[in-house]
Amino acid sequence: MAELVADRSQEVMTVNIGPHHPATHGVLRLVVDLEGEIVRELAPVIGYVHTGIEKSCEDKSYWKVIPFVERMDYVSYFFQMEAFCGAVERLVDLEIPPRAKYLRMIFLELNRIHSHLVWLGTTALDLGAISMLWYCFRERDKILDLFEMATGQRMHTRYFQVGGVIEDIPVGFEQKCRAFAEEMPVRVGQYEALLDRNEVFLQRTKGVGVVERERLLELGVTGPLLRAAGEPWDLRKAFDYLAYPEVDFKIPVGTVGDNYDRYRVRVAEMVESARIVAQCLDKLPEGPFIADDRKYVLPPRSELSTSMESLIHHFKLVTEGYRVPPGEVYYAIESPRGELGCFVLADGSAKPARVHFRDPSFVNLQSFRDMAVDSYIADMICSLGMLDPILGGVDR
Amino acid sequence: MEIERRSLRSKQLTARDMLRGDLEGEDLERYVEERVVTTTFEKMQNWARSNSIFPLTFGLACCAIEAPISIVTARYDLARFGAEALRASPRQADMIILSGRVSIKMAPVVRRLYDQMLEPKWAVSMGACSSSGGMFSNYAVVQGADKFMPIDLHIPGCPPRPEAVLYGFTKLQRKIQGNPDQGWRARYDAHGTEEWARGGPRSAPSPEAATAYEEARELARA
Amino acid sequence: MPDAPGLELIRGEIERDRPGAVLATSFDRGQAALIADPERILDVLTWLRDEPGHRYAFLSSLHVADYLPAEPRFGVHYELLNRDRVERIRVKAMLSDPAAPSASPPEDAAEPGAAPTSPGAPRQSPRTGPLARPQDSPSALPAIDSCVSLFPTADFQEREAFDFFGIVFRGHPDLTRILLPEDYVGWPQRRDFPVGGEPVTFTYNEQRYG
Repeated sequence: MAELVADRSQEVMTVNIGPHHPATHGVLRLVVDLEGEIVRELAPVIGYVHTGIEKSCEDKSYWKVIPFVERMDYVSYFFQMEAFCGAVERLVDLEIPPRAKYLRMIFLELNRIHSHLVWLGTTALDLGAISMLWYCFRERDKILDLFEMATGQRMHTRYFQVGGVIEDIPVGFEQKCRAFAEEMPVRVGQYEALLDRNEVFLQRTKGVGVVERERLLELGVTGPLLRAAGEPWDLRKAFDYLAYPEVDFKIPVGTVGDNYDRYRVRVAEMVESARIVAQCLDKLPEGPFIADDRKYVLPPRSELSTSMESLIHHFKLVTEGYRVPPGEVYYAIESPRGELGCFVLADGSAKPARVHFRDPSFVNLQSFRDMAVDSYIADMICSLGMLDPILGGVDR
Repeated sequence: MEIERRSLRSKQLTARDMLRGDLEGEDLERYVEERVVTTTFEKMQNWARSNSIFPLTFGLACCAIEAPISIVTARYDLARFGAEALRASPRQADMIILSGRVSIKMAPVVRRLYDQMLEPKWAVSMGACSSSGGMFSNYAVVQGADKFMPIDLHIPGCPPRPEAVLYGFTKLQRKIQGNPDQGWRARYDAHGTEEWARGGPRSAPSPEAATAYEEARELARA
Repeated sequence: MPDAPGLELIRGEIERDRPGAVLATSFDRGQAALIADPERILDVLTWLRDEPGHRYAFLSSLHVADYLPAEPRFGVHYELLNRDRVERIRVKAMLSDPAAPSASPPEDAAEPGAAPTSPGAPRQSPRTGPLARPQDSPSALPAIDSCVSLFPTADFQEREAFDFFGIVFRGHPDLTRILLPEDYVGWPQRRDFPVGGEPVTFTYNEQRYG
């Protein structure tokens, strides 16, 4: 009997969490070495939703790649479309018209709010604040109504095309969107009232999961995780793409880098994104919504019955697709999780030779071990929620 | 059974007599008949099962945002069908919704989950990816979850709207109640127009298919 | 990005400090790239990371592209970022495939224990284990030094490159498959690997595909 009790403190048990687990935000498998309730070692095992998207893209013409890459990080689909379309636009040296830039920004920022709402709802659900799920998804449904109004689909809209956007926003969209952008800060205030000073939430998130700024930079972590640790790095401000320089917005930056700061940073980002949407609606210029270059962009359907050349262009684009001159380009944007980079290698044919996405969740997942080691398993679950991995992006 | 329309007063008097124990004979028989439904045990059991399904909290990819997360939210309320009790453990759940693409690494896990569920259980394949591989016809995605497990219901869409999932859910309920939706052929009396490959739904694979499978197996082993 | 003259200046400085490490430069569509010798890749990366005035200390992405049929076939890309000056530079290391048909296959196709280059190789006879084909033995895979010691972010990304292309990163702490099942045979993202999947069954081919 005495031997049984003696060595209990050195007892380490390996526990497998996932891939089917309510708190793992997708099919993430964690192999965790537990000593009592304290996590000693952690290894994520991924690949359970690996879809071979990058390989499939090599088999498709450039515009057919767009629905494929949308489905990688399945909560922020507009960002993947923007990364790919932006990369191809740089490859073919195509300038998109200003109206398209502003429309893209509106949808990107709405998607950012959507992604943060899904994050907030599911993470609060993990921590036990179940009411947040209902409220966040109520707002999310409003955003999806806007997407459906403009594009016809709630998710995976294939709205961005190389050269601009596929069609213009309908009548009534602007009012509805503006009403949403005005209402959003009020709602965020309500979420903050629920969680910001909630004693249970504070106890679970304050001081938990801290990783230093330098370590995060070494690990390649970007996005709200890096900004919560005090580094004001945002690709929207660093690299001027689309029309972000013309819009006035702030980047929320945290101080300590614990889970509470990550929560505050993302919630503040929602408010900033609502401001960006309102400003874009104010500044939305008139004009074409897609570029004019018929070698890469479909002509409008009304022309097909009158112009032979348009018909030929349309035929060529739909059957073979456009050919991109050989070259390679890496184009990165700021997605809700960090730096989303798209590498496209073109070999002169109508199909890309390599499409690779530098997915932020994939790289951010490397910091999870640092966040969770030597803390309780409940803190690990909280850190996993605040890390905001989307396994579709991790596994591609 | 004919239903007599009686005035409220006479109904009140009958009820009072029943409570006192004064009702007898034909009045008692009629009273009981009006309040009893006779049915078979199976029908009642199926009705109860279909209206209290415990789904498993299982989400694979994009469809998981629509179900099971979005359909339990207030707008597309799954609770009105009695299925609000989502269970995390497969031992306690009876319906698994395969929401998302099934990759080759995940397929054995899904099969193990399905095997751990207790009878009666139903599997719903939501979306194009789990029904047939969807747009991903490549090395990494299983081309349809019914390659390795039996599926009761397929819901098309990419991703299907939550309303579509709920519509599929009601069809599943009808299937559980023993009244499966036969589709348009039953409605329009068009049986006999089906096209079956190789001579029928339960026929053996053709000799060409059999040799092709053998060759593929040899290649994989080599 | 450093512009074209800036890129040549960087190349000149690296030549002065690490002669022979950079083979060529390329400036295409506004993006600067240095093509480095794969054997000296750590020299180039260390120089770019540590040299005052050129602190490209952030590795945005490490990925591989297969340039088949061009030789050398694999290009390992390192996307570096200098966050102070907000500049990106790309370093490419081109590797060829040692198991290509022009090269003769190695005689003793791998004793598993004597292959320190690939810690992820299975401890089984090569004829029956997952790396069962002669062209998959550790000595027949293209190899390059791992930069995990310089940039810890390369950990998962090098594993992904190994998983998809079969490129061995010497010195990586745990080079195993990350996204595909551990016993998967083949390197899917190579250009000569088929996309896979099933053809759609119509009545004309249903006999063949069941």
